[in-house]
Amino acid sequence: MGAETHHGHAADHAHGHGHDDPHGGAAHGSRKGYWIGFLLSVLLTAPAFGLVMSGVIADPRVTAGIVMALAMVQIVVHMIYFLHMNTKSEAGWTMMALIFTVIIVVIVISGSLWVMYHMNLNMMPSMKAEMSSAGM
Amino acid sequence: MSTMTQTPPGAENPVFYDLDEHEHPPGHSTMLGFWLYLMSDCLIFAMLFAAYGVYGGSYAGGPTARELFELPLVAVNTTMLLLSSITYGFAMISADERKQGAVLGWLAVTALFGAAFLAIELYEFSNLIHEGAGPQRSAFLSSFFTLVGTHGLHVTFGLIWLGTLMVQVSRRGLVDANLRRLQCLSLFWHFLDVIWIGVFTFVYLLGVLR
Repeated sequence: MGAETHHGHAADHAHGHGHDDPHGGAAHGSRKGYWIGFLLSVLLTAPAFGLVMSGVIADPRVTAGIVMALAMVQIVVHMIYFLHMNTKSEAGWTMMALIFTVIIVVIVISGSLWVMYHMNLNMMPSMKAEMSSAGM
Repeated sequence: MSTMTQTPPGAENPVFYDLDEHEHPPGHSTMLGFWLYLMSDCLIFAMLFAAYGVYGGSYAGGPTARELFELPLVAVNTTMLLLSSITYGFAMISADERKQGAVLGWLAVTALFGAAFLAIELYEFSNLIHEGAGPQRSAFLSSFFTLVGTHGLHVTFGLIWLGTLMVQVSRRGLVDANLRRLQCLSLFWHFLDVIWIGVFTFVYLLGVLR
């Protein structure tokens, strides 16, 4: 009888848990969290467009650097406030998958740019002036 | 007969190994699986970004990024996608609070913003093609249309999914299966917003700066 009561209680607990969180440990956002993420996104996007459209900074390289930095920060903001990334959800496997993906993405993009830039330099001397003026 | 009754060694005290899977509630691994799908989608976009990075300066004597891109239009587009992200967030919060009407309302608002984003993007594409800057004009434009078009195609499928889910929620209510689907689409939708950050930064803003 005692065991049965206990079992019933455990089932209730499991049901209650499932009711609160049917997504297997996925993190949830709060209204406040979404607002913070949204305001941060606006504060990071608007300066990026403003800098490029107004051209206040004379050196386009400096502008490009600032714009890329803003994008990197905004991606992290979206990951935390909208995608609810943390080290605990799914016992850390989502974070593992993300880290692996980021490594591959960095290798693919930087590797492609690096290799193709040098191939252009070596194979097409006429392109050299154009490429360096393009800042690639 | 005697061989039949002979007990094999260890049979008196049999040891059972628990080889079967434990009981899993339906869909308990869906979120991880969907996350892995998104990560592989991320790799597709990485390839397209890399291709654009390599070909982004190959204008073939045609129009350049600075001549073609209209940043105010891109800014409006970015706003649409960002607004659709937060309204989807409100739909998820309403789902947590089990308010079916609010969920449907916020999903409809999200769909409107998503449709506005697509409409602006298609307007931009048709303008470019009318100006003679279609994907066949130069390697730069080929890679541009492939990258931005793939993102737009994702948004299109997201919208179809959103519509399907609205029908599901209105018919079946906020059952566990529908909550799981909402959670998956939430990841998908916010993921597309993250990709868009890369697109407006590396394609449009840096393209104009070149």
